Amino acid sequence: MCINKIEWRIIKDRVFLLLLIIIALVSIVPLGFILYFLIIKGAPAINWEFIIAGPKPYGISGGGIAHAIVGTLILIILAALLSVPAGLSIGLFLAENRKSKLAYWVRLGVDILQSIPSIVIGIIVWSWIVKPMRMFSAFSGGMALGLMMLPVIVRSTEETVRLIPYSIKEASLSLGVPYYRTVLKVILPAGLSGIVSGILLSIARIAGETAPLIFTAFGSRFMNLDIFKPVESMPLLIYRYASSPYQDLHTMAWGASFLLVVLVLTLNITAKGVCRRWCRKY
Amino acid sequence: MVQKVLRIIDFSASYGDGRVVSNVNLEIEDNKITAVMGPSGCGKSTLLRAVNRMHELHPNATVEGRIMLKDKDIYRMNPIMLRRQIGMVFQRPNPFPTMSIYDNVIAGYKLNGIKLSKDERDNIVEKSLINAALWSEVKDNLHKRGTFLSGGQQQRLCIARALAMKPDILLLDEPTSALDPKATAFIEELIVELKKSVTILLVTHNIAQAARVSDYTAFLFLGELVEFGVTERVFTVPTDRRTEEYLTGKFG
Repeated sequence: MCINKIEWRIIKDRVFLLLLIIIALVSIVPLGFILYFLIIKGAPAINWEFIIAGPKPYGISGGGIAHAIVGTLILIILAALLSVPAGLSIGLFLAENRKSKLAYWVRLGVDILQSIPSIVIGIIVWSWIVKPMRMFSAFSGGMALGLMMLPVIVRSTEETVRLIPYSIKEASLSLGVPYYRTVLKVILPAGLSGIVSGILLSIARIAGETAPLIFTAFGSRFMNLDIFKPVESMPLLIYRYASSPYQDLHTMAWGASFLLVVLVLTLNITAKGVCRRWCRKY
Repeated sequence: MVQKVLRIIDFSASYGDGRVVSNVNLEIEDNKITAVMGPSGCGKSTLLRAVNRMHELHPNATVEGRIMLKDKDIYRMNPIMLRRQIGMVFQRPNPFPTMSIYDNVIAGYKLNGIKLSKDERDNIVEKSLINAALWSEVKDNLHKRGTFLSGGQQQRLCIARALAMKPDILLLDEPTSALDPKATAFIEELIVELKKSVTILLVTHNIAQAARVSDYTAFLFLGELVEFGVTERVFTVPTDRRTEEYLTGKFG
């Protein structure tokens, strides 16, 4: 009787574990499907011309998405230039002044900024920059994406710096090193890999953003390196091509989607690797 | 007359409303080891940290009284310059994790942006590591990370880092409390060796350690200096009943 009860419990135990494993597997099924479709539909579109050539005039087949790849890179660089310095400083401030009132409000503000819908950020940047300058531009697109990157960088910097043992800071200060040099030469290097991985993750997050670019970078059919002119970006191109009636453009949209996902996955995996190196150190 | 390198005069320290050290008078003699012992929470670490003004990092820290380094009041000095003259070693070894052994030793110069020629640097690193009794163990691995060393070696690396700045006084805040007995014995030997070149102020909760290494012993209890004198005298004929009770293990 008693033995039976224990056996019954062991069976329940196994069933429960099995259930957990099944649920865990189910959760990665959608990702599997997405990758499968992207490879089936997108990979055939990829060839050398696709990557290095600009678009051909409508009606002529062939051509590529080089202008969108370059545009996306320009937007990412602009966004990073705007958000990395600010994000690092704010993150450091929050980590170093954990309990101050200002830190509380800044943290709250950053959290709210993170939850603002991306389309709203697009409209705001449109009214701040595009309207006064009377033109769509890569600059305004970078600004919008930078605003979206900012909270991610702030929080990851704060978390990383917070994990650095206080004793290391003490060691530096006790050698008579001024506070600002301690922060720049001891604390930042100690958290470097964590901070870098945060930046990579934030880039991965904005690389596929479309909404904030509709009113800002706007999109373009030409290769453009001037940051005060509209540029194409990969998500915008995918949106436009996929909603067009031409089969050719659909294929290109799949190809661009494939490239974009490869880019984002690479960033994610690199960030993980960078972070792991750091974790091993302590 | 014997040289008193550090004089603590009517000194009190508080965190907010809580007074941790009250009215301490203490004179530290040149090239001697002075141990400050007492039960946990008696204010001995705070007293030590007040000497290089590290306790100020704590918000709401306030002090009264004076601490004189030679003939200068340290509370009228720039804390950054002061800390370059008074080295400190902490409870837990804390080498800089991103730096090699070599860079750790020279860190005081490097982080402060003090320019040295390569010869000068090599010289300081070698001398400091020799003084910290670590040279023979690491001389072939100077460019490896300091965090790969054992706990005892890391602590000696931290001592070398402090010595590299050529301080007048070396503050040791329970430097062996995180180490095993063997590493502890090694560090104690080293401390005794070091007093030839530097004045040492040692905080410890280990009574036996104070007896083994120090020339003078101060007994701090509830923030007050109960007894201070030549170590032998304090341990054999304590004048205060509380010292006797502490030494015989009635509390602490």
